[in-house]
Amino acid sequence: MMHNHKNESVFVSGDEAVALGVRLSRPHVISAYPITPQTIVVERLSEMVEDGSLVARYIHVESEHSAMSAAMGASSVGARAFTATSSQGLLYMAEGLHYASGGRMPIVMMNANRSLALPWSIFGDHRDSMSMLDSGWIQVYVEDAQEALDMTIQAYRIAEDSSVLTPLMINLDGFILTHTYELVEVPPQEEVDSYLPPFSTPNKMSLEDPKSMGFSTSPADNMEFKYQQHKAMMDSREVIKQADKEYAEIFGRSYNGLIDCYQCDNAEYILVTAGSVTGTARVAVDSMRSKGIKAGVLRIRFMRPFPEQEVRNTLAGAASYGVLDKDISFGYEGTMFTNVNSALSGTAHIPRGINFIGGLGGRDISVQDIEEMFEALRLCPAHDYTEYRKNRIRFVNMGVSIHE
Amino acid sequence: MDKPELKNFTKPESIKDYPVGPSFSGGHLVSVNSGWRTFKPVVALDTCTGCYRCYLVCPDGVIVKTEAGKVAVDYDFCKGCGVCAHECPFDAIEMVKEDLQK
Ligand code: SF4
Ligand code: SF4
Repeated sequence: MMHNHKNESVFVSGDEAVALGVRLSRPHVISAYPITPQTIVVERLSEMVEDGSLVARYIHVESEHSAMSAAMGASSVGARAFTATSSQGLLYMAEGLHYASGGRMPIVMMNANRSLALPWSIFGDHRDSMSMLDSGWIQVYVEDAQEALDMTIQAYRIAEDSSVLTPLMINLDGFILTHTYELVEVPPQEEVDSYLPPFSTPNKMSLEDPKSMGFSTSPADNMEFKYQQHKAMMDSREVIKQADKEYAEIFGRSYNGLIDCYQCDNAEYILVTAGSVTGTARVAVDSMRSKGIKAGVLRIRFMRPFPEQEVRNTLAGAASYGVLDKDISFGYEGTMFTNVNSALSGTAHIPRGINFIGGLGGRDISVQDIEEMFEALRLCPAHDYTEYRKNRIRFVNMGVSIHE
Repeated sequence: MDKPELKNFTKPESIKDYPVGPSFSGGHLVSVNSGWRTFKPVVALDTCTGCYRCYLVCPDGVIVKTEAGKVAVDYDFCKGCGVCAHECPFDAIEMVKEDLQK
C-alpha cells in the first residue's frame, strides 16, 4: 500500500519505489508494455495517472518496440518520457535503444533484470541489460529500493544535462529488488522540483524553430555523430558525480558516483559486484574480516560510462580480485570481468583476477558462496600461471559436477 | 510547388560546431549525390509544352517548374533513371551520355 503524504517513509517494493520516483520527476509521457517482473511499475504509474496524482499521458502500447518508439516521439518534441521493461521486452526494443541514443533523446527507462530465453525463465540475472551495453545508453545498477527511487530522479538530471543528452537505463534485479518490500524515504515534491527543473532543449520539433529530426548522413558525417555520442557518455561521468553531490546536499543521501566501495581501502582480496548481491557480499566481507582476512567489495554502479579509473585505482593494490557476473558472453567470460580487466590493462602491477559466473536464471548466491570466492581469491596468487588460467572462469553453485 | 531553397552545409572545423545528434534545420545540401549517373536528361525547351508530367513522375522529385512555365532538372540530385524522358508525351527530354572524364 503506497501513501501520498510528503516527507514520509513508505513500505514499498523496488518497483513501487521506481513508480514513486517517476511521479516525483513529473514526466509528460509514459509509454510501456507490462512484463514480469517490471509490471508493478507500470501498474502503479497507470493508477497515478488515473487518480490524477501524476499529470501525464499514459500510452498503452502493443509492444516494447512501440513503447520505445512512443517515448522517442515524446522526447523529440522536448517532453520528458519514461518507459520500463525487462528481459525479452528489452531485446524487443533493441532497435529503438540505438535509435534513441543516436537521436540524443534523454529518455529514462527502468529495466527489471531478468534472464533471457531459452530456457524460458522469469527469474533474475544480468544477461538482458549486459547484452545491450553497446546501445549507447547510460546504465546504472541499483542495490536497493531507496537507491531505485533516488536514481530515478537523478536519472533525468543526468540524461537531460546539455553535455550529456543520452538516455539512461536504471537496472533493478528482478524479484530480489523489484518485488522485495523495504522502507523507503520519499522526498517532498517541492525539493525534487528544485533539484530537477523542467527539461528544455533546442533539439526538438518546434513550429517556431523547425528542424529536421533523425536525418540520415553520408559516410562523410556519420562518424562525427558517433564520436559525439562517445564524448557525451565520457563527459557524463562528471555530471553523474555532480548530480550525486547535489542530491546529497538536498536529500542527504549519496551513492559515491560511479562505484561504491565497502572495506576496499586496505583490502587484499576484492570482489567486484553489481546490484543486489552486493548486500550479501558485504556480509561475507564482515565475516572474512572477523577471521582477519582483508576482504572488500567494489560495487559497480555504472556499467556505462565505465568507471575505468575508479576500478583501476581500487583494484591495483589488491593481491587478487574477483568479478561476480550474473552474465556470461558465451565463448569467453562475464562482461563485467572483460570490462574490469580492460580497465586494469597497462598498470604496473596487475593482480590476478577470477571470474565467478553466478546467479544465472535466478540461482541463489549465498554468503557462503561468496566466502568461498574470497577463499579462492586467497589461493590464486600462489598458483602457477597455467593452473590459474585453467580455473579463471568459475561457475558458482552448479548443481552438478562439470569436470568430465 | 516551388523548389525549396537549399543551403550549403560546410563541414565544421570542430566537433563542437556539429549539430547535436541528427537534429538540424532542414534544406541543407550536404553532398551532391549524382556520381553514379551515366546519362542525364536534357529538356528541349522549344518542344516542352509545360504539361508537367515529368515533374509528377520523377521518383526523386528533382524536376522543378521554371518561371517560363517549363521545367528544369536539378542535376545535383538527378540519378539519371530516364523515367522523365520515357514519360514525356512530347519527346522533349533526351537522355544524353555523361562525359565521365570530367
Ligand atoms: S513531360 Fe515533357 S513536355 Fe511535359 S513538362 Fe516535362 S519535358 Fe515538358
Ligand atoms: S532522369 Fe530520373 S531522376 Fe533524373 S530527372 Fe529524370 S526522372 Fe528524375
